[in-house]
Amino acid sequence: MKSLIQKLVETPGPSGFEYQIRDVIREETADFADDVRVDALGSLIARKGAKGEDGLRVMVSAHMDEIGLMATHIDENGFIRFTNIGGVNPLTCYGGRVLFMSGTRGVIGMDGLERGKTPKLEDLFIDVGAANKEECPVKVGDVCGFERPFTDLGKRMVAKSMDNRISAAIAIEVLKQLKSTPHEVHFVFSSQEEVGLRGATTAAFGVDPDVGFAVDVTRSGDTPRPSTKMATALGDGPAIKVRDSSFIADPRVVDWMVRTAEEAGIPYQLEVLTAGGTDGRAIQLTRGGVPAGCVSIPCRYIHSPSEMVDTDDVGNAVKLLVRLLSNPIHLS
Amino acid sequence: MMTKETMNVNNNTLKIGADQLGLLERLCNATAVSGDEHEVRQIVIEEVKPFADEVKVDKLGNVLVTKLGKGEHRVRVMLAAHMDEIGLMIVKKHDDDLFEFVCVGGIDERQLPGKAVLVGREHLPGVIGAKPIHQTTAEERKDKIKLSSMRIDLGEDIGDKVKPGDRATFATRFEVLGYSVRAKALDDRFGVATLIELLKHTPENIDLLAAFTVQEEVGLRGARVTAYAFNPDMAIALDSTPAYDLPHWDDEDENVRYNTRLDAGPAIYVMDRATIADRRLVHWLTETAEDERIPYQIRQPGGGGTDAGVIHRTRSGIPSISVSVPARYAHTAASIARLDDWANTLSLLYRALGRVSPELLAGDR
Repeated sequence: MKSLIQKLVETPGPSGFEYQIRDVIREETADFADDVRVDALGSLIARKGAKGEDGLRVMVSAHMDEIGLMATHIDENGFIRFTNIGGVNPLTCYGGRVLFMSGTRGVIGMDGLERGKTPKLEDLFIDVGAANKEECPVKVGDVCGFERPFTDLGKRMVAKSMDNRISAAIAIEVLKQLKSTPHEVHFVFSSQEEVGLRGATTAAFGVDPDVGFAVDVTRSGDTPRPSTKMATALGDGPAIKVRDSSFIADPRVVDWMVRTAEEAGIPYQLEVLTAGGTDGRAIQLTRGGVPAGCVSIPCRYIHSPSEMVDTDDVGNAVKLLVRLLSNPIHLS
Repeated sequence: MMTKETMNVNNNTLKIGADQLGLLERLCNATAVSGDEHEVRQIVIEEVKPFADEVKVDKLGNVLVTKLGKGEHRVRVMLAAHMDEIGLMIVKKHDDDLFEFVCVGGIDERQLPGKAVLVGREHLPGVIGAKPIHQTTAEERKDKIKLSSMRIDLGEDIGDKVKPGDRATFATRFEVLGYSVRAKALDDRFGVATLIELLKHTPENIDLLAAFTVQEEVGLRGARVTAYAFNPDMAIALDSTPAYDLPHWDDEDENVRYNTRLDAGPAIYVMDRATIADRRLVHWLTETAEDERIPYQIRQPGGGGTDAGVIHRTRSGIPSISVSVPARYAHTAASIARLDDWANTLSLLYRALGRVSPELLAGDR
C-alpha cells in the first residue's frame, strides 16, 4: 500500500486541476469497480455493488485535490506573483519548491525576510530561473502544487499531500478488499474540496445516497504545544468524527461506526474538530438531507509540505471501512 | 483617438452602434438596486420578447429567456447577467426631513459623502450631505465619516413619498466620452446589454438559455435558482470586473495587482473566490479569441465572484466560466470603460457560441 500512497502523494492535483491525479486513481480503481465515471466538476465516481434487499446506496467521499498556487502576474524580470488555491500558509512557503502542471519547476522566494515576522502571500514570488518575462514559461492562470518527496519513517509517513491522498489510498484499498457488499457503494474521489467542498456537493446530488461519509485527515493534538484542543493522537486509530466546524455528524452514523469498530476490535478515537470542514457537510445537506459522518486520519502539520500520518491508523481505517461496507447498515 | 470604424468589432458580425449605445444608456440610467430590479427587468422583457421562444419571470424576479436553435445535438448553453446594482436603502426618516440609510452590496463608505442620489421608484433627486470644508478642521478631515452619521437630503418635505426600504442610487447620467463610457452600474449593465444583443443575434447551433438574474450583489442569490430551473449543459456568467491599471505611486516599480486592464479586451476568468473555471471552457474561449484575432486578457486570479459561483455547483454540476468587461472605479458613483472592450466581448461570445458542439464537453474536465 505504501507504493500506492507514494504514487498518489507525488502526483500534483490542486483544486480544479485534478486531471493528473484522477488518471492515477482511475487506473487503480478501474479493475475493481463495476463502473467508473467522471462528473461535470471532475470528481471520479467508482461504483461497486448493487443495492440488495438489505442494502443502501452509500457515498464514501475522499477528496483528491490538494492546496496549490496560481500565477497572477509575471513581472518584467520573470518573477511570478501568485495567489492561493485553498488554505495555503505563507509561513511554510518560503524556500519551498513548486511543480507546475506543465512540468515547470520553481522555488518560492521573498525579499526582506524579517526575523519573527510572518510573511504575507503578496510578499512571496515564484522563481523558475527565467531571466525575464519573455523567457518565463509560466502564464497568468497557470497552476502549481508544492513539490516534496514522500518519506517513509516506518511507523509514520510524511508527504506534502497526505491531506487527502492518504484517504484516497484508503478508499482505493477498501474498494480492492471489498469482496461482497449488500450495498451500492459509490467511492467518490471528489474535486475542489479545499476551496469549499464543491466537488462533493455536486457528486452527492448526482449519487443521491441513502447514507454517506467522508474520509479525510484531521488535526492531531499530540504535538508539544497544540494550538487547538484535540483529543486525537497519531497511532490511536482512525477518528470517528462527532463534529467539525462545517457539520455535526449524524449521531446514528457515529453510533454505527463506533459499534462496528468495537465489535471488530479495531482501535478508534472520537474526534471533535473546532476549525475545519469536510465533504461530510456536502453529503448531509444534499437534496432533502442525508445521514452523514466522517472517518478521519489524524495528521500533524496539515497544509504544510510535511504532513505526517501513522501507518497503523491507515491500516485500521481500511479495516473499519471494509467492515462498515460489508454488512447491512442499521441506523438507530 | 479611435475612429468610429475601429470601435466596431473586426469581423463584421455584432457591432456597437447607436442602437447598442442607446440600450446601454437606458440600462445604466435605470435604477435596480438588489431586490428591486423592476426597472431593468421591464427593459429586458421589452427588448427580448420579439426574439425569444419563451420569456418567464420566476418567483425571485429573475427573467428566464429561452431561444431555441436548429438542427440536432444542440448544446444547452446558459448565459447569466445580473440586473441588480449596488446602492443604498432608506432605513429611517428623521424629524429634520433627513434620511438615514444603509448600503446594499459592497460600497466603500468613504466615497459616499457629497454624492448626488436618486431616491425611490420616482427617482427623487437628493444628496448625501457633507460638512463643508469651511466648518471642518484639518484634524477632522483625517477621519473617515461613519455611515451612521450620513444622511440623504431631499431638499423638501416629501411627506410619505419615501419610506424605509426604498432604494437609492447614484445620480450619475450615462455619457459617451470619446472611445469610453462613463456611467454608474456598468457592473453589470454591460452583461445585461451583451446578453440582450446575443438574444437578438444568436448562433443557431445552440439552445440559448438566458438568465437575467437578481440579487447578485448581495450573494449570488438569484442565479442559484435560475441554474436549477434551466439545468443547462454549460454556463457563462457575463459580468464587469474592476480594472486597476493605474501607475503605482508607492515604492513598487511595477503594478502587479491590476485585476484587469482597459483596452486589453474581454477578461476571461480562470479562478476567483467563488469559481474555478472549467478548463475546457477556458481553452474554448482563448482559442476562439486567438483564431478570430480578438484581443482578450486573463483576469488576474484571486478574489471576487460572479453568478458562476452558484451556477457551477447546481444539481450534479455545470461546467462554468465567467467573462467580464473591464471597468475602472467599480462600485463607485461612476465607472469608466472602453467601448472597444465591450465590442470585443460581444464579438468573442458570438464567435465562441457559434463553435459550441457536444465535443466541447466530451472529454473529462
